[in-house]
Amino acid sequence: MTEASASTAQAASIDGRTNKTLLFGLFVLGLLALMPLATELVGGNYVLNLVMKAMIFAIAAVSLDLLIGYGGLVSFGHAAFLGLGSYVTGIALAEGVTDAVSILALVLLFCGCFALITGAISLRTSGVYFIMITLAFGQMLFFSLSSLSSYGGDDGLTLWDTPTLAGSSVFQSGSGLFYSILVMLVLTWLFVGRLSQSRFGRVLRAGKENALRVGTMGFDIFRYRLIAYVIAGLLAGVAGFLMACHAEFISPSTASWQNSGNLIIMVVLGGIGTRNGALLGAIFVVLIEESLSLITHEWKLIFGPMLVLIVLFARGGLVGLFARLRGAA
Amino acid sequence: MTTTLLLIQILNGAQYGVLLFLIAAGLTLVFGVMGFINLAHGVQYMIGAYLTFMFMSVTGNFFAALLLGLASALILGLALEVLVFRHLYDRDHLDQVLATFGIILFVNEAVKVIWGPGTLTIATPEILSASFQLTDNLLYPVYRLSLIGVGLAVAVGLYVIVTKTRVGMLIRAGAANAEMVSALGVNIRQLFTIVFGFGAMLAGFAGAMAAPIFTIEPGMGDDLLIVAFVVIIIGGIGSIRGAFIAALLVGLIDTLGRTVATDAMKLIFEPSAANQIGPSLASMLIYIFMAAVLYFKPQGLFPAKGAA
Repeated sequence: MTEASASTAQAASIDGRTNKTLLFGLFVLGLLALMPLATELVGGNYVLNLVMKAMIFAIAAVSLDLLIGYGGLVSFGHAAFLGLGSYVTGIALAEGVTDAVSILALVLLFCGCFALITGAISLRTSGVYFIMITLAFGQMLFFSLSSLSSYGGDDGLTLWDTPTLAGSSVFQSGSGLFYSILVMLVLTWLFVGRLSQSRFGRVLRAGKENALRVGTMGFDIFRYRLIAYVIAGLLAGVAGFLMACHAEFISPSTASWQNSGNLIIMVVLGGIGTRNGALLGAIFVVLIEESLSLITHEWKLIFGPMLVLIVLFARGGLVGLFARLRGAA
Repeated sequence: MTTTLLLIQILNGAQYGVLLFLIAAGLTLVFGVMGFINLAHGVQYMIGAYLTFMFMSVTGNFFAALLLGLASALILGLALEVLVFRHLYDRDHLDQVLATFGIILFVNEAVKVIWGPGTLTIATPEILSASFQLTDNLLYPVYRLSLIGVGLAVAVGLYVIVTKTRVGMLIRAGAANAEMVSALGVNIRQLFTIVFGFGAMLAGFAGAMAAPIFTIEPGMGDDLLIVAFVVIIIGGIGSIRGAFIAALLVGLIDTLGRTVATDAMKLIFEPSAANQIGPSLASMLIYIFMAAVLYFKPQGLFPAKGAA
């Protein structure tokens, strides 16, 4: 086989794979879009709420995958952006700002600044040190949120208002909120997908393989990583906004390190570096937690060993598992 | 603030620092030698406290309970190493974080099932329950002083082991280049197991020693684990000396910060604002300290030579 035809074949197979990934993702998202209809028949609001929670986590997980999967930057403080987003939303509502556009602008402003500052410091380090410094910034934010005694302190704050969009309260009704979350999830999913295929994404992924080589080729890898860090922070901030709308409650525990760990679990369980993986991982984790907690109060006794077994025996996460099943079939 | 109060806070800070060192020492060795992130290390601390509680109610003697607790903490640590951790040394950090996170979930819940979700306490052993007249108007519990003493003794012991003995030499060599050590005919897996078991035992020891001072509860190791990570990052991964100095620094900064922060903020802000900002600033101080250290020295204060 000549070199040219080999590369065409390879390109074709990559194209085929991209198409399959795209179809699979669209399939999952389409399934989600039908959930309100399905839950009319079975499960009702309980299931719908669960799906909304899963989708919000999916947005955060997909944004974290941009860092972990494509950038090789394991952030252990990503839940900070969820917490910050939900607190900016909650505080704005408590202060009487109800216009969703203004609130979102505030969320983006705060999360963007926080990401820019902490990112610029964190990205000076690498590897394990990066994991730990992002954890430290996450903890800092967690303690700041806990100390806001006029907004509930440790206990969190119940929100009596929901944001309004051009005068209508879309974020209040079940289906309005559901489809707002879904639209945001689809946009995030498409955006991260496009981004990873763009020139920017290529540099980012190349930096994961070998940062030195990328630097030698004249790319300022620090800048690319910082931009990715800010983008991921903004997306997670929006997820925080949706989380506050959905729960009608904000709590510092949203920004806890355990929650950051949860997000990492979602990304890794799903399969890193594939936005479908993060999507599936988030849905899987939220659903499995809920269903195990229906079986027994001590569901962590099952979930903990499950995590260990998955790490030991199912490398590549859920997406890898699916791929292997397809390969075997 | 009076001198007496300052002295008390410094002693409390040193005692917290010593506890942190006992946890961080195992963590930094496991981390430095094997490149292994063990989030479940805080669980060892908790297990140490619970086992001591259990043996205390069986034997009625704190020191017997301490010994039995240490032995079983060691056995549990080794069991975890053989069952799970051994298979993760070659994996990347993400897999290690995930698996050890799973172990935290499991053990915290198991402890809750076995001993209940409430808090437990152990009485201070009688010989050490007296208070020591430090200055004219300052009494300090002997137990806390002996905790500081024991911690310092362990630190010296560890330092001697790591710098003067053959095992210590292998540990340092392993931290610098594990493959090379293995190629020279040393059974590196066995070395890993020894280091791991020893680290687990130290954390269990810290838990047992802390039990009479703090309350015993599920998840008690989690927050301390994060602080221990802060310590080893500040100290430089793999360095016992760095862990010791960083532990004392973090202990002192945290303890003194909590006493001083609110008053200090009152100099700048109004009292009501200061009462809000002070405590949150105090909780953040060690993380700010760590971020500052990493900004100027991305490898920590005492980077172990050649360690990853």
